[in-house]
Amino acid sequence: MSKITVRNLNLYYGSRQVLKGVDLQIRERSVMALLGPSGCGKSSFLRCLNRMNDLTKDSRVEGEVLLDGENVYDRRVDTMLLRKKVGMVFQQPTPFPMSIYDNVAYGPRSHGIRRKEILDEIVEQALQDAFLYGEVRDGLKRPAGGLSGGQKQRLCIARALAVSPEVLLMDEPTSALDPSSTLRIEDLIKELAKKLTIVMVTHNMQQAVRISHDAALFLEGEVVEWGSAGQIFLRPRDMRTEAYISGRF
Amino acid sequence: MGKGTLYRKRLRTVEVFASAAIYGASSLAVFLLLGILCYVFWKGWGILDPVFLTSVTSALKQTVGIGGNMVNTLYIVVLTLLVVMPVGVGAAVYLNEYAGHSKGRFLVEGAIEILAGVPSVVFGLFGMTFFGSVLHMGYSLLNGAMTLSCMVLPLVVQNTQEALRAVPQEYRAGALGVGASRWHMIRTVLLPAARPGIATGMILAVGRIAGESAALLFTAGSGRFLPRLDQGLPGNVWELLGKVKSSGGTIAVELYLQMQNGRYDVAFGAACVLLVLVLAIQVLLGAVGKGAGS
Amino acid sequence: MACKAEVEESFHTVTPVGTVLGSGRGRTADQVAGSVLATCAMVSFLAVAAIVLYMVQKGAPAILEVGWKEILFGRVWDPVGTPPRFGILYIVLTSLVGTCLAVLLGSSVGVLTAVFLAELAREPWAGIVRTAVELLAGIPSVVYGLLGIYLLNPLMYRLERKVFAGSDRHQFTGGANLLCAVLVLAVMILPTVISVTETAIRSVGQELRAASLALGASRMQTIFRQILPAARSGVATGVVLGVGRALGESMAVMLVAGNCVNVPLPFCSVRFLTTAIVSEMGYAQGTHRGVLFAIGLVLFGFITLINGVVLGILKKGASKFG
Repeated sequence: MSKITVRNLNLYYGSRQVLKGVDLQIRERSVMALLGPSGCGKSSFLRCLNRMNDLTKDSRVEGEVLLDGENVYDRRVDTMLLRKKVGMVFQQPTPFPMSIYDNVAYGPRSHGIRRKEILDEIVEQALQDAFLYGEVRDGLKRPAGGLSGGQKQRLCIARALAVSPEVLLMDEPTSALDPSSTLRIEDLIKELAKKLTIVMVTHNMQQAVRISHDAALFLEGEVVEWGSAGQIFLRPRDMRTEAYISGRF
Repeated sequence: MGKGTLYRKRLRTVEVFASAAIYGASSLAVFLLLGILCYVFWKGWGILDPVFLTSVTSALKQTVGIGGNMVNTLYIVVLTLLVVMPVGVGAAVYLNEYAGHSKGRFLVEGAIEILAGVPSVVFGLFGMTFFGSVLHMGYSLLNGAMTLSCMVLPLVVQNTQEALRAVPQEYRAGALGVGASRWHMIRTVLLPAARPGIATGMILAVGRIAGESAALLFTAGSGRFLPRLDQGLPGNVWELLGKVKSSGGTIAVELYLQMQNGRYDVAFGAACVLLVLVLAIQVLLGAVGKGAGS
Repeated sequence: MACKAEVEESFHTVTPVGTVLGSGRGRTADQVAGSVLATCAMVSFLAVAAIVLYMVQKGAPAILEVGWKEILFGRVWDPVGTPPRFGILYIVLTSLVGTCLAVLLGSSVGVLTAVFLAELAREPWAGIVRTAVELLAGIPSVVYGLLGIYLLNPLMYRLERKVFAGSDRHQFTGGANLLCAVLVLAVMILPTVISVTETAIRSVGQELRAASLALGASRMQTIFRQILPAARSGVATGVVLGVGRALGESMAVMLVAGNCVNVPLPFCSVRFLTTAIVSEMGYAQGTHRGVLFAIGLVLFGFITLINGVVLGILKKGASKFG
């Protein structure tokens, strides 16, 4: 079943059109990889899915993004609830300047959870789900700034998981990390996809091959082709897809 | 979808209160400004006429005016900026670009921090004893300007530093990378990029100078005389230059003295002039800053 | 243009004869510039040193003569009596209480306005508020004083008559009281707090904002739980500058506060440390004059203390989370 359906999505920054008539479906409990050269609109597309583009000055959106059949650009939509359901992990790990515990508890607290026992439970679960609990168990009160790059990124994932999202958007989550941290995060993504829907921007073709179920290729704001990973990587229908995959871009 | 639906904008009480507080606070600033401007001009408009602006208060000629104080203010502003701008910007550049993380930098920045907090009365006391007695400047415009230079130095240094810090590190690396010397890089890349910040420091400094009274009362005194410009060209030049050694009260000082004597009409008149002066200076500098930005 | 400047520089610079390297000239200019700039920095340091030195030189003899306990904790200020009394306890308390109240009031409004400017405002409102704040900053303190004495004092007098109606123990002040001074000071520190805080908020990285909002936190939660804490050193700087301005302000509160030495109660006519200096410096002689310098020292001491404490807090805050 399709978790997110995008219909004829156009995005403008001022007078510049960044996305042109994007149509796409994202299946529930899968990993969708968004591929394409720099500046092709993948990240902007990702930011449309939880309306982070609202924060960009002069941005304007046309078309529909349906989450479980509800248009996220509808006037009635509560953006905070939307972003709780559709979490996001950024390219650069962005832990808040507070303790590990407070980082993870930030989301739940924002949504009104105050009781310590509940928070403790949520934090532990989220850290476990992010494969981080074992490493930080004894230092939850330590500042998050002291973690390594890979740990920081897993902390950010844990932080996103703590509000129990249904969809997780990841904007090149491993591009700032070393190879071994990258592999850990990839394992983590595969595991997470059993429970939630993941949309991931990546520059790394091998990474897409390793972990994605579906893939879409963006070129200059348009989706050239999308489908199951097997089809895209083995039997691309569009010449440009083939060219990109074989590294001729 | 019932329970899980997105279509339900929630009204969050805390959110509403916080927003209300923020909007209320911001409108207060605007309200205060408008109120002050309107009231001062309303009260002071009556007395403003050419005589008031160009003559000095004199029982003999039966005139009431602040012409001499206006000239004094100009003297003090110009003299102070002449002293403080080079020193302040220079110190900021040194601290940010040369000093690294040395002990010297720590000391100087600490000193400037302290200087920024020193009350203007204390500057007045200091100016009176140091510039006045030790350096024999007495009650003079020069003394006032030197004292005010100390006072506004931190404004200039800190604003310049802030602006320098905002210049991306890549600019420095870029300029140094093509073989420019450090000083060359500072002059051609950093200072132009930091110009709006330096201008901000200057705006604040001018504002403080024009409005300062406590530090001037004991240093520049309260003289009201206009320079006598009827002595031929060389004589006039000497007269103008020599004026820095004579006592002179700025508009703000005059305002205070008149207010103390209960002459509120004159006080409001002086306040009008002061506000116009401050507005004009700020508009001018704002335009300069904007011009540099584009 | 750059070339011309280069020539100008070498004009002022003694270029070593027989420089082999082409860059030698630039390097000399560099060295000269470096030492000139270092001198500028030194001047800033010397200014503070000189101020401290002279305050101590002039104030210390009086402190030794009268005794610091008598000055700091004495309740009677009668410098021209026989024998003269130089107790400034009430004056010190007035400055402390007045400043605290004014800063509390002024910085809460100021920080909120800064948040508006940096986070919420859209044009043209941002421009209007920012201009208003800049202009408020430019308004001289004597003008605030004038308005205080002309507008606030009569209002205060009416309030005073209402509050103390029928009281025969209250000494009526005609409206020139601590409360008036606090209001004037609160308005005066607004621009300082706003401009410094706004700069600090703007310097907070966009990623922090995005990360918080992406978790479904609201705008206000993001502002009050991420952005303001991240900008805390700047906010604190703004508040401290506000404290400095309030504590050091003299002309605005001189007439507004009534200028009698009194316990700092809202409706009492009071004298601040600053106004104590201004009002008597003109005629004070001998020990009296020395004591006024001592008051200057006390003022100076307070401000240095506050600066030190806050710097300490900032440093601690900065090292806690790397």
